[in-house]
Amino acid sequence: MTQTDTRVGSAAAGPAPGPARPFWTSRRRDQLAGYAFIAPQLLGSVVFVILPLILVLWYSLHEWNVLAGTFEFVGTDNYRALADDPNLGAVLRATGLFSIGLVVVNLGLALLLAVLLNQRLRGTILFRTLFFSPVVVSLVAWTIVWGFLLQDNGGINGLLDTVGVHGPNWLRGEGTAMVSVIVVQVFKNVGLNMVLFLAALQGVPAELYEAAEVDGASRMRQFWRITVPLISPTILLTSIITVVGSLQVFAQIAVLTQGGPGTSTTVLVYYLYQQAFQFHHFGYGATLSILLFVIVLALTVLQWQMRKRWVFHES
Amino acid sequence: MRAGKALRGVAVALAGALALTACGGGGDADDSGPAKLRMTVWSANEAHLKLFNEIAEEYRKSHPDVAEIKFDPLPFDTYTTTLTTQIAGGNAPDLAWVFENSAPDFVASGALLPLDDTLKKAEGYQYEDISPATLKLWQNEGKLYAYPFSTSPFGVFVNTDMLKKAGQKTPAELIAAGQWTWDNALATAAATAVKSGKAGLVIRDFDYKGWDNLSTFWTGWGAQAWSEDGKTCGFNSPEMVDAMTTLHKATFTQKALPGPGTTADFFAGDSAMTITQISRASLLKDGGFGWDLVPLPAGPKGNYAVVGQAGVGVMKKSPHAKQAADFLAFLTNPTNSAKLAQFFPPPRQSQLTAETLAKTNPQLKPEQLQKVVIDGITSGVVKPSHSGQAELSQQVRAGLDPLWQPNADVKAVLDGVCAKIQPLLAK
Repeated sequence: MTQTDTRVGSAAAGPAPGPARPFWTSRRRDQLAGYAFIAPQLLGSVVFVILPLILVLWYSLHEWNVLAGTFEFVGTDNYRALADDPNLGAVLRATGLFSIGLVVVNLGLALLLAVLLNQRLRGTILFRTLFFSPVVVSLVAWTIVWGFLLQDNGGINGLLDTVGVHGPNWLRGEGTAMVSVIVVQVFKNVGLNMVLFLAALQGVPAELYEAAEVDGASRMRQFWRITVPLISPTILLTSIITVVGSLQVFAQIAVLTQGGPGTSTTVLVYYLYQQAFQFHHFGYGATLSILLFVIVLALTVLQWQMRKRWVFHES
Repeated sequence: MRAGKALRGVAVALAGALALTACGGGGDADDSGPAKLRMTVWSANEAHLKLFNEIAEEYRKSHPDVAEIKFDPLPFDTYTTTLTTQIAGGNAPDLAWVFENSAPDFVASGALLPLDDTLKKAEGYQYEDISPATLKLWQNEGKLYAYPFSTSPFGVFVNTDMLKKAGQKTPAELIAAGQWTWDNALATAAATAVKSGKAGLVIRDFDYKGWDNLSTFWTGWGAQAWSEDGKTCGFNSPEMVDAMTTLHKATFTQKALPGPGTTADFFAGDSAMTITQISRASLLKDGGFGWDLVPLPAGPKGNYAVVGQAGVGVMKKSPHAKQAADFLAFLTNPTNSAKLAQFFPPPRQSQLTAETLAKTNPQLKPEQLQKVVIDGITSGVVKPSHSGQAELSQQVRAGLDPLWQPNADVKAVLDGVCAKIQPLLAK
C-alpha cells in the first residue's frame, strides 16, 4: 500500500512539467540551427586541418616507404635523425634569411607605399591599384614570368645593359638567388600589407596631427610619435601574417631555383618536400613538418606576447 | 552542460570525417566487374597517345573483362615524384612507365609484379628475342620487374641550315673525313653561335640541373658517375676532371654551349645542335629547317654511345594486376613492338635492323638508324642509375652548382661532389 502510494506520488511529481514541454524547444532549435551553420566549417577544419595534423604526428613516428608499401613504427628515430641531419643547419639558415629579408623589405616597403599613397595627390588610386594587382595574380604564373625576367639573358639584365651595367646571373649566384626570391615574393604580396596599412593610416584622427603641428612637431616626429603607435596593431597583424607566410614559401623556390645554387635557397618547406616526395622519406618529411609547426607556433606566441610591450591600445 | 554538448558535436563531426576518409580510401578498388586499367606515361604527345589507344582498343575487342584502358600522361619533369605521390595517396596506377634513374628503386622495392611467367607464356611472344643486355636494369634476383619499353640512344640533332649559313662543315662531312670529334664539334658549335647570334650546342634537359644528361659527354672521356658496383664516386677521377674541364671551357671561354640560365630550344630553331634521344624526333616540324641526326662525336677514348632506358611495370597492389600484366604482354608482343618502334626503339633483336626501323621512322634515313639507333643500342652505356637516385641526384646537383661559374676550380668542385655523395654510395 505504501509502495503504491509512493509510486503514485512520484509519478505525479516526476513528469509534472513534462507533457507541457515538447522536445524541440525554441532554444534547442536555435542550437541545432547554430550547429548546422558551423557544421561545414567544422567538418572542413576537422578533415583538412585537425585530422592531418594528428596523422602527421603519427607518421613522424614511422618509417614509411611508399614504393615497398611498408609502414613500420620506429619511435623517435626520425627525431634523432633530425638532430643529426647535416643539412638542417643550412636549411634553417636559408629559412631564417628568407624570413628576415621578406619581413623587413615587405613591411618597410608596404609602410612607405601606404604613407606615400595616403597623400591627397592625383593618380594615387591608379598607383594603389598597380601595387595591389599582383596580389590577385596566380602565384605560379607570377613566378614563372619573373623566372624569365631574371634569366642571364632575360629582361632585367637587358634593361641593365641599356644603361651600361652588366647584371649578374640572378638565379645562379649564391647571394643573388636568395635576394631574387625575396624580391619576387615582396612584389607579389606588398600590395596586401600596403592596403592594410593604408586603412590603418586613414583611421588615425587628423586632429592629432593638427595638435602636433601647433606644438611645432616636425613631420618625422609626427610619424614616429603619432602614426607608428596608432597603427601598431596593424603592424603586429601584418608582421604575424608575413612571418608565417614566409615560413611556408614553396612555389617560388620550386619554380625559380629548386633550392639551389648549392643549398642556398633550400628553405624548410622545400626541404620537407624533397625528403617526402622526391626521396620517399615520408616519415622524415612528417618529422620536418612537425619542426615547422613548432617554429611557427613559437614565433606566433612570441609576437603575441610582445604585443603588450609595443602595441598601442592593448592593456 | 554546454561544453558537454559541444564536445558531443565535435565527436559526431570527427566520426563523420573518419567515415568519409574511410570511404575515400578504397573507393576505386572494385574487384568485381570488368577491369578499368590506367597506365601512367611521360608523354602527352598526340601521336604517341594515338598509337597507345589504338593498341588498347584492339586488345579490348578480344578481352571483354577489360572495360577501359586509360593512358594518363604525367609531366616529364616531375614524372617520378607525381607517380610516387599517387602511390602514397592510394591512387596507384595499374601500369606505370619507369625511367632508368628510378629503376633500381622500383625494381628492388617489391612494388612491381614479376613479369617473366606472363610474358613467356603469352602466345607468339618470342621472349628470347629480347636482347638480354636491355633487361639487366629491370631484373632483381633473376626476376624481371619491368619490360624495357624504350631503349633510346642519344644522338646529335643538327640544324644543317644554320651551320651552312655560318660557313661551317656539317657533321656528315666531318664524319666522312673521320673528323667528328668533340674538339671539332665544339669548335663548330662555337663558330655557328657567333655567326648566327643563336646558341651553339644544347645538351637537352641538362639546363645545369639534370646532370645525368652530361653522361652523353663524359662517357667519351671514359668517365663514370660512380663505379660499376655503385660503391665508389667517380666524379673526381682524372677522366672526369678532364671531361668537365673541357665542358667548362666550352661553356665559359669558347661559348659553344649556352651558359646557365639561358634557354634555347633546338626544335624551335634556337640552337645549331642538340644532344637528345631519338624519341624526340617527333618534335621536328615539317619544313622548319634542314636537319640531320648523327652519332655522338668521338671523345679522347674514341667512339661511344649512351642510351636512356624506360621500362613499363605492373603495380603489384593493383586489384587488376593480372589483367594489367596480360595487357602489357599484348602491348609489347612482336606485332605491337614493331608499331611502337617508330617512337620507342624496341629491345627485340629481330626488329633492330635498319630495314624494319625505316618502315616506321619515315623521318630518319636508314644510315641514321643504323649508326645512331642500332649501333647505339648494341654498344651503348646506360645513363647513370643507382638506388636512392633522387637523393643522390640532388646532392650531385647541389655539389656541381659551383662549377657553373666562369672562374670555378673544376678539380676542387668535383672533389666536393664526391665528399657529398660517397656516404650515400657506401650505404
